Amino acid sequence: MSTPILELRDVEAGYGPFRALFGVSLEVGHGEAVALVGANGAGKTTLARAASGLLTPTAGTVLVDGAEVGRGGPSAWRFVRAGVVHAPEGRSVLASLTVEENLALSFHRAFGRSGLAGALERAYELFPRLGERRTQVAGTLSGGEQRMLSLGRVLVESPRLLIADELSLGLAPMVVDQVFETLSQIRGAGTALLIVEQQVGHALELCDRAAVLEHGLITWQGPTSEAGAVLESRLFETATTELK
Amino acid sequence: MLTYKTSGVFNLAFGAQAYISAAMYFKAHSLWGWPKWAALVVSAFVLAPLLGLVLERLIFRHLRTASAVSKLVIAIGLSVALPELFNQAARFTAVAGRQISGIVPDGAGVFYDPFGVYRFNRDELAMMAVALAASLLLAALFRFTMIGLAMRAVVESPRMTELSGISADRTSAFAWALSSTFAGLAGVLIAPRFNSLIPTEFFTLVVIAVAAAAVGKLVSLPRALLGGLGLGWFIAVFNTFLPRWSGDHTWLRPLQENLTPSLPFVVLFGILVLWRAIGRQTEASDPLAGVDPPPPALAAHQRHPKLTLFTRLFGVCFVTVVGLVVWFRADVLWMHLVTTAVIMSVIYLSVTVITGMAGQISLCQGTFGAIGGFMVFQMADRFDMSVLAAALMGAVAAAAVGAVLSLPVLRLGGVWLAIATLAFAFFFDAVMVKFSWVGGGSTALLTGTRVPRPLLGPIDFASDRAFLVLAVIVLVVVSVVVIQLRDGTIGRTLAALRGSEVAAASIGISAARARIVAFAVSAAIAGLGGALLSMHHQNVNYSVNFGPINALFWLVVVVALGARTVEGAIQGGAAFALFEPLILQGELLAWILRGEDHLPGFFPIAGSWRLVLFGLMAMQFARHPEGLVEYGKRRASARISRWLEAREERQAAVA
Ligand SMILES: Nc1ncnc2c1ncn2[C@@H]1O[C@H](COP(=O)(O)OP(=O)(O)OP(=O)(O)O)[C@@H](O)[C@H]1O
Ligand SMILES: [Mg+2]
Repeated sequence: MSTPILELRDVEAGYGPFRALFGVSLEVGHGEAVALVGANGAGKTTLARAASGLLTPTAGTVLVDGAEVGRGGPSAWRFVRAGVVHAPEGRSVLASLTVEENLALSFHRAFGRSGLAGALERAYELFPRLGERRTQVAGTLSGGEQRMLSLGRVLVESPRLLIADELSLGLAPMVVDQVFETLSQIRGAGTALLIVEQQVGHALELCDRAAVLEHGLITWQGPTSEAGAVLESRLFETATTELK
Repeated sequence: MLTYKTSGVFNLAFGAQAYISAAMYFKAHSLWGWPKWAALVVSAFVLAPLLGLVLERLIFRHLRTASAVSKLVIAIGLSVALPELFNQAARFTAVAGRQISGIVPDGAGVFYDPFGVYRFNRDELAMMAVALAASLLLAALFRFTMIGLAMRAVVESPRMTELSGISADRTSAFAWALSSTFAGLAGVLIAPRFNSLIPTEFFTLVVIAVAAAAVGKLVSLPRALLGGLGLGWFIAVFNTFLPRWSGDHTWLRPLQENLTPSLPFVVLFGILVLWRAIGRQTEASDPLAGVDPPPPALAAHQRHPKLTLFTRLFGVCFVTVVGLVVWFRADVLWMHLVTTAVIMSVIYLSVTVITGMAGQISLCQGTFGAIGGFMVFQMADRFDMSVLAAALMGAVAAAAVGAVLSLPVLRLGGVWLAIATLAFAFFFDAVMVKFSWVGGGSTALLTGTRVPRPLLGPIDFASDRAFLVLAVIVLVVVSVVVIQLRDGTIGRTLAALRGSEVAAASIGISAARARIVAFAVSAAIAGLGGALLSMHHQNVNYSVNFGPINALFWLVVVVALGARTVEGAIQGGAAFALFEPLILQGELLAWILRGEDHLPGFFPIAGSWRLVLFGLMAMQFARHPEGLVEYGKRRASARISRWLEAREERQAAVA
């Protein structure tokens, strides 16, 4: 097997004295789509942050194409240059810049000065709402519009690996369907995916593989076809232990 | 002239950077005889960006996610430390009373009069031309280039910017180099306007710069530049025409004399207080702030009981021994220094109240002190009033001023509060002090603002010893008041507010009342301390004791040593008065080594290192808001506690 695009080896990470991940190992191959599922507070977001360089692991390594990215200190931009793009959860936009400036910041790097206009066009095609509001300051967009903006930024770019955290949160069902359609399109174009999603059904449909995260540990990995059953039994287990 | 908000830091160190470049230019051109262009290149285009890069790399890079207030404190620390560091490193001494030459030949001597109203000299024209060009250049940079966009993005959220694939480190390094270059350029250009080259002059630059940025924060960046230019014009026109008009209309004269020097501060204060939007504006927050761990909780005060007992005993012994030594052995000089230390502790307690308890940065504590001092002077001078009663009146007057000031200002909060109080301090400095009913007017220039020592019934505090006792009594009383305040309702309210204003408001705690009380109490303490200090020196000595820049240093000292506790304030007072003679001049070491001759050759160390040291210590504010010494003590006591507990456990196991 060729070297995976992203590999986490025994990664431990946390916040100050608090540890959220306890030795997590995970691989995402070229063009592969992996769904990361787990309860609230299991550490999914933390894993996504560690995988994109936002958070520096306290132990273990994160490899992109089999090599470490940068040395020491948070260097998320190096991950981006290596083709690993992260759409963080929540309202992750630069609130004081306009919609267009938010997009331009990413697109200028990805497509250069000449490709900028085309990329903006595509983003507005994908989310016409954004096109209507291109000169509005991003901080004053509605919650869903802000999600669209941060998704528009990464979806148009079709990076080599897209890490998306809670991507459908706050979006209308129609828009969610559309987002998943776009995801499967860019997948077809060769983008690998690592997806954190509460709407597990949607995510499993899209992905080949699933990983279950519990209390900072990966407790199960396997093809999505088996994941449904596993998840059900696990949910059942936790429910019964809680009853006791 | 103008500032450029490129780094998201309210860079009060701007003045320091300007000073360094101006001093470098002066040194290279006037002392070493370099040609002007070479001196300019070295000072503004080599030294200044380098300085910016160094500051960014060593300090501000690590502060990107720190709160705006801690950045402010650090910038204040820097503006205290940097000029002195430069003076020491470059063996430069402040120049006064000498025409500083500008960048154009014969700048001050050749005049042009394009509009027939005012004769500009060449220096001024050069300054305006460069300022205009620089503004246009920067506006273009921010509007039309990617790096400009990236700089704005980094200010808001370095992490989001990184996720767009742009290195936040490089961008902010660039921004710092750029802004530092402009600061340096501004410094070199404006130096000819002052007849001296001392750091304080350049600090007033900052106030104007901040006013421009205040306008800019509300509107767009290009408009900030316009705002700066407009402000500069407005001030310049005022300065030029008022004197002339008042030649014809005598009724304008008092207005002119008092308003002109303070105009920038009045404008700034007015903008801050009147422009409602500033108060409402919340800082745009980083959407990815969740990546950071929560700030370290202040270590709970859970000491081992034995340890508490021990530290208390030690404290009592230490104070007794020092007290006895001072009482019986100290000569006049040391008596004087110790009294100063005690009085400064009283003044610093006012900082403890406003900064430590209320979490607000006030930069006009010196002004409150001065109000106390002047009150004593006026009452004693005019009405022959009892000095102690006058001191109390001074405290009340300061409290009143503080309360009135706090009404418009407190609404601002955070950084703006600090800047508004700074503007007020400068306003007091430039205008109020000159009035005869405040600073004594022209008679004070001749005779000084004399203040007698108090007389209470049969006790005459004219002797230094008796006065020291009085000062100690006041310190104890004020300490008790502060502790009562901290443990009472007001103190708890303030602590809750420090945590989260919104949360506190939602459970029905009113911010306004507690803060006004804190402000007034703090002002009263400062006023009382100021009155004592004036009595001690038997002179108000306004500019030496209470000038606006002094208040900056006070804040730095207290913050460095511990702003949360009474202990911290007392240590601050001791450090302020005794650090220089004891440590820097090597007295303590000499005493330990038994004899001055054993001292290593580098003693005595120049006194200005004190500024450098405390300025650098204040830099730790972001990480240890409780103060560095306090932090060290807590760590040590935690370690000893743990050791004691472990021993007890072992004993229990044996038994
Ligand atoms: N900034 C932080 N400081 C301290 N602890 C944090 C921080 N962010 C997250 N945590 C903790 O880390 C753990 C993992 O959090 P994480 O955000 O990774 O969970 P998650 O799986 O994404 O949950 P959710 O499904 O609710 O988004 C949680 O216990 C959380 O409380
Ligand atoms: Mg999450």
